[in-house]
Amino acid sequence: MSFSAGDRVRVREMYPPGHVRTPFYVRGKAGIVERVVGEFDNPEELAYGREGDKRILYRVRFAQRDVFPQTPSGSDTIDVEIYEHWLVPEGDGR
Amino acid sequence: MSFRSPHDMGGLPAGPVDTSEHASTFWEQRVDAIRELTRKIELDGRPLIRVDELRRAIESLGAQSYDELSYYERWIHALSTLLVEKGVLTTAELGRKLAEIEAREEGT
Repeated sequence: MSFSAGDRVRVREMYPPGHVRTPFYVRGKAGIVERVVGEFDNPEELAYGREGDKRILYRVRFAQRDVFPQTPSGSDTIDVEIYEHWLVPEGDGR
Repeated sequence: MSFRSPHDMGGLPAGPVDTSEHASTFWEQRVDAIRELTRKIELDGRPLIRVDELRRAIESLGAQSYDELSYYERWIHALSTLLVEKGVLTTAELGRKLAEIEAREEGT
């Protein structure tokens, strides 16, 4: 599944053991693809000394209030770079 | 059940961040140099230790060690583990060297 800038996406809510690059605090949250960063070797495989397959990395923008509900107010956002296998189209469930 | 690794602490309550500058010590510089060497030395056309592997080893220290160790202590523990995993060092070699250094330190 590949996405374009502007697409609404949701981060998969999964908690695998091992080395992962998706921060705990954005799992299950919805955001918008801010840009396609590029293709990189999958660091979750490189971490175990294996060759990583190429994965597309996206910069996803979240409303800060969606991520941290205690945020007082305002339009602050959080950008997190997330690999394609952690993202699903928003609306398709998790 | 959601598994949260000890390093993955974004958003958790925490005290103020200490932003004061401090000079690195000699042993910290040596750890940094060892890390650089393990990145530059290639094995089968790739770095002996990739940054992703170093991060994985640091994250695997366990919650108590992760919290108690300093930044470069985490690095040297993780580097030691990876060098043992890769067969560069044996635990026996590490143990002998640590005992030798402890004996030397006691003598000074």
